[in-house]
Amino acid sequence: MWTFFHKLGSPPWLYGISGTILRYLVPLTLIGLAVGVTWGLLFTAPDFRQGNSYRIIYIHVPAAVVALAGYYVMATAGAVSLIWKMKMADIAMKACAPIGAALTFVALVTGAVWGKPTWGTWWVWDARITSMLILLFLYLGVIALYEAYDNKEAAAKACAVLSLVGTVNIPIIYKSVDWWYSLHQPASIKFTGESTIHASMLYPLLLMIISFYALFTCALLMNMRGEMLARERRTKWVRKLAEDKAR
Amino acid sequence: MAEDLSLERGGRQLFTGLSFAVRPQQVILVEGANGAGKTSLIRILAGLSRYGFEGRVARHGPMLYLGHHSAVKALLTPRENLAWHVSGESQYTDDEIEAALSRVGLHGYEDVLSHTLSAGQHRRVNLARLYLSRSPLWLLDEPFTAIDVSGVAELQSLFAAHVKQGGAVVLTSHQALNIDHQVSRLDLSAGVLP
Amino acid sequence: MNTPGTALFCARLLRRQLVLAARRPVDIGNPLLFFAMVVALFPLGLGPAPDTLADFAPGILWIVALLSNLLTSDGVFRSDFDDGSLEQLLLSPQPLYLSVLAYVCAHWLVTGLLLALVSPVFALMLNLPATGIVALFFSLLLGTAVLSLVGGIGAALTVGLRRGGMLISLLILPLYMPVLIFGSAAVKAAVSGSPAAPYLAILGAMLSLAVALAPIATAAGLRISVDA
Repeated sequence: MWTFFHKLGSPPWLYGISGTILRYLVPLTLIGLAVGVTWGLLFTAPDFRQGNSYRIIYIHVPAAVVALAGYYVMATAGAVSLIWKMKMADIAMKACAPIGAALTFVALVTGAVWGKPTWGTWWVWDARITSMLILLFLYLGVIALYEAYDNKEAAAKACAVLSLVGTVNIPIIYKSVDWWYSLHQPASIKFTGESTIHASMLYPLLLMIISFYALFTCALLMNMRGEMLARERRTKWVRKLAEDKAR
Repeated sequence: MAEDLSLERGGRQLFTGLSFAVRPQQVILVEGANGAGKTSLIRILAGLSRYGFEGRVARHGPMLYLGHHSAVKALLTPRENLAWHVSGESQYTDDEIEAALSRVGLHGYEDVLSHTLSAGQHRRVNLARLYLSRSPLWLLDEPFTAIDVSGVAELQSLFAAHVKQGGAVVLTSHQALNIDHQVSRLDLSAGVLP
Repeated sequence: MNTPGTALFCARLLRRQLVLAARRPVDIGNPLLFFAMVVALFPLGLGPAPDTLADFAPGILWIVALLSNLLTSDGVFRSDFDDGSLEQLLLSPQPLYLSVLAYVCAHWLVTGLLLALVSPVFALMLNLPATGIVALFFSLLLGTAVLSLVGGIGAALTVGLRRGGMLISLLILPLYMPVLIFGSAAVKAAVSGSPAAPYLAILGAMLSLAVALAPIATAAGLRISVDA
């Protein structure tokens, strides 16, 4: 267990293993996404109430789910970085933020696109949309804080503290917004509950969620590899890598 | 105690493989050009810098660190400033604080607001802590900045008295030390204690 | 060496902060003036109709209180960071958690508490019904304490940065939202005649959580900022 942990802290080892993982994971992710999108868009029945417009959930729901999970990945990496002072955790945390922000943004935009035909308006101050918006703010806050520090090591620690504070706050924010919405909710807007979703619609959705997790992992690893090379550019192993590439 | 310290700043290796121990009755003068990492080293020894360097620092017992900044609040009087700064460490009576202030030449200024004082006097308020300190180890970053000639001489005799009682002083300074005690030099470009 | 008691040390820190604030009274007055001016903007923007203003008053008063708290949070540690006092605090043998609480407490006393005390005047100016004023006072009393604690985290993380002012808003405004929701809900409930106590209880719960956790994050943030 501990040797594995130590290996995780070593950039050359992590660089090597992540290269191997990516070699298999990237094609798998692309296949998963392609199958999921085709299945969801072409081979499922249209929803009896929303018609074809509901199909955007095959992008919207996975993006939202993974965006939220990404925040917890970031906060976990932050905790590891603060407790064990592991540099790789710094890099992982820093790599999470833009990916998570992008996914949150995708979820918001697809939500708006979905909202137009469903509710007749681009934006509704609904509990989930508002929570996603706040999640986007939290991500952007982490990115802004990281960029504001000149000393990148301190930047990573500061972001770790901020993301941990965010973790404690996300359930509170989510619950407050939920409650706030139920207080103000006009009766005219109704939700299509996820529980009523038909199995034929559910399977492609599950496939898309898994593929989005894989996509997140790929993006995270690629981002981390770039950052690793940039940080370790003066070390022997990076030089050797560059020489091997040049040959 | 410092072991195998190395520090990299902005892609430049400032020092590496630096190991030394500070023992009682020792005065260590950290030398090096501007930007050699003197301040960084003192801050690492004090425990203020915890990231961005390799190696290990072990501290035994209390220490007193005085940095670049005088830590003097303009809206407090020297007496209040000094009383606040020492209040975390130990209990002192008003007389002790007054005595320390007059030792650094601030007799008569105890109760005026500090923003009317000069930079050198701010510095002196801060240095008055040395007269009250019971910490064996002093870490001083440029203690003579803005201090006049007689003040420097007095501080140096204070250092000598401190080490003779078993204390130790680690300091950076651009001025030549004229202390009645043996001074070890730590040249950061060399990286080892002679 | 006889280290003085922690309680005594924190009391001294609190007194020092209050003395510093009292010697520059403008700094105490500024947030209140800001509060007054922004409140005055709303009738100009929304129109002077008393009914509209009364409808929006709970939200307006709470948002303005939140903003003036935000603007003052930035300065909680700034001068101590600039002159090196913060380094000395980190090196002192006293627990940083409690020192941070003392700082935040001083900040709340000169901003949140005063805002809560003067808020009835502004509530009357915005035509808030009298039934809401008591709820406004108590919700501000509890809520601004949470805001000060959370604001302390942002202040600690940005104190070492040149351009901290804008950044701190980006970092902590999302964290302020639950307080805003329940604070204004308490006032609205009282205005509509239902009990405000449940909302105040939730604000109290948030305060307990913030007292327990926020100083830990603030202390960690201060160590990082001094390090950088």
